[in-house]
Amino acid sequence: MVEAIRFRDDDVHEEPAVSLDAFLDQSNATAVRIEAGEDARLLLPLLDRLALIEVDFPVFGDGRGYSAAQILREAGYKGELRASGDVLVDQIAYMRRCGFDAFAPDAPIDARVMDKALELYEEVYQSTTDSRAPIWKRRHG
Amino acid sequence: MYQYDKYDQQMVDTRVAEFRDQVERRLAGELTEDQFKPLRLMNGLYLQLHAYMLRVAIPYGTLNSKQMRMLGHIARKYDRDYGHFTTRQNIQYNWIKLEDAPDILADLASVEMHAIQTSGNCIRNISSDQYAGAAADEIADPRPWAEILRQWSSFHPEFSYLPRKFKIAVIASDEDRAAMRLHDIGIQLVHKNGELGAKFYVGGGMGRTPMIAPEIRDFVPADELISYAEACLRVYNRYGRRDNKYKARIKILVHELGKEEYTRQVEEEFAHMKTLGLNPPVEELARITEYFADPAFDSNASDELDLSDPDFKLWVDQNTVAHKQPGYAIATISLKPKGGIPGDASSAQIDLMADLAEQYSFDELRVTHSQNIVLPHVKKSDLYALWQKLDQADLAPANLDLITDSIACPGLDYCSLANARSIPLAQKISERFADLGRQRELGELKLKISGCINACGHHHAGHIGILGVDRKGTENYQLLLGGSAAEDTSLAKITGPGFDEDGVIDAIETVTDLYLKERQEDERFIDTYRRVGMAAFKEAIYG
Repeated sequence: MVEAIRFRDDDVHEEPAVSLDAFLDQSNATAVRIEAGEDARLLLPLLDRLALIEVDFPVFGDGRGYSAAQILREAGYKGELRASGDVLVDQIAYMRRCGFDAFAPDAPIDARVMDKALELYEEVYQSTTDSRAPIWKRRHG
Repeated sequence: MYQYDKYDQQMVDTRVAEFRDQVERRLAGELTEDQFKPLRLMNGLYLQLHAYMLRVAIPYGTLNSKQMRMLGHIARKYDRDYGHFTTRQNIQYNWIKLEDAPDILADLASVEMHAIQTSGNCIRNISSDQYAGAAADEIADPRPWAEILRQWSSFHPEFSYLPRKFKIAVIASDEDRAAMRLHDIGIQLVHKNGELGAKFYVGGGMGRTPMIAPEIRDFVPADELISYAEACLRVYNRYGRRDNKYKARIKILVHELGKEEYTRQVEEEFAHMKTLGLNPPVEELARITEYFADPAFDSNASDELDLSDPDFKLWVDQNTVAHKQPGYAIATISLKPKGGIPGDASSAQIDLMADLAEQYSFDELRVTHSQNIVLPHVKKSDLYALWQKLDQADLAPANLDLITDSIACPGLDYCSLANARSIPLAQKISERFADLGRQRELGELKLKISGCINACGHHHAGHIGILGVDRKGTENYQLLLGGSAAEDTSLAKITGPGFDEDGVIDAIETVTDLYLKERQEDERFIDTYRRVGMAAFKEAIYG
């Protein structure tokens, strides 16, 4: 069982994440946390300053964080994108597809089940920010 | 019709393996019911009043005879020998054991079928016109577009935890046979400057707060379909309400923001999404369209029909419509026999319909949102033989679009949400109005029955709607008038205080009697209602 999951090779960013309001008010923070319902687009002009963005999932069924992640990656954000909160093993594959590369779940996750789930689907139907080629691209080259 | 390639097959096979593993974890106690619930719901498995219910997707309501036979096999082997065709062109089984579900999904996958996203707060099965590819009035076959959307929406990572479920319908003619504007997204294919594209309506729906979807864009080209749909969904996923599940559908967002503001946000998102490479190339639509090429029609087929058998003539008049190909007809098999359960079919009936499709309809069947089955391509010279075989199996009620061709939700007989029974009421009404001469005298009359305010029986869209409620512990039925799910979409209004079961049937008779008295020329019930107004009907019912 694991409590922190990371799919990045760089060093863990040590600075604690500040709230979105705090980040927008002060210019020197490098890590921010956005709550479900906060507008990820407010960060877009400031992305080069950020090394960590944490997106909170208050309950697993609240899917706003998936769009937040896509918006950040579509805008070219390359830093750590961490899903925190009610993150369950069966949601991690979709979160990876939306650009999350780190996870801080409230409850520990069975790494064996997670690895299996991540390898399960060889192909995907949609183009997302994970850059996997969708099936239509395989069909038409 | 569409056939899976190795990629499509691999996707459904993987889903079977994944779900098998999830069920094993649940049965072993590794997953709690709370943790398992969202997983099974993504696979169409509901826990109902008495057992699990499995809803199987029938994409855009189209299937071949091999698939139809598999549906019969599942009814026979895993259920109580029948299935229930639904208002979203799917089929559901009401008596499923959890431990059988993975085997059922494997059986389905063997005939290119699945139960993916038939429940849950995700993009559901795409519905369409049951006459697609056969209708004389369509400008194109809508199903290739529906198939593009099916693939795009399957396992969509960004849109699988939406505020609420999300339903999309695609049609391609001005006559709306799919209740298109009562969907979260309704798409009508249209031509603009000779190019085929999609007109988008967003924010329709029934449920507790029925709304008719407004048009938000008059034309989306084929190669921007997916980015436009993504823009519609992203605005909804970000801003749809999540504080109250009864206000979480996109119709509430569109209503609260206003059509103009929602549209503005979608256009802004669309401008961005167009740059992301989300759309399959036009070659993909062309590839899929090839699968929907016309079958090998006999160009010498005759339009002549011997109607000397009066019962056959009644069925032809009522249950067949014009086909685009001379010498052919579209035939509807009514699943609404006298005293029957709307949409139910036994495994023997399912098998027979499969055989008849193979023999008479180029191997194709359709499911309609009115819970009937269509044989889309029947040679007129075969109609008599077809009708005789249907008649022997109690599958030839000549009541398409008549009062006994009702829609009913499963109601309190099955559903844990229901307040009242729907099925017994539908059965009683079909007995009260059993006389076919009387039904034909009343003409087109869409009767729709829901057993609670969630409106699965489409009562808001009935010419006559019935809503079952619980009143101090007894079932009470409210009567509604004036709805329509067709191109003249309208929402029905409640007449007044409710009735008990017999009382509401009496009230329907009062209403239809008044219609017969008031109608002018060839007005349908709904036309007379719209001309005369609610007051006269209220007066007749309540005095």
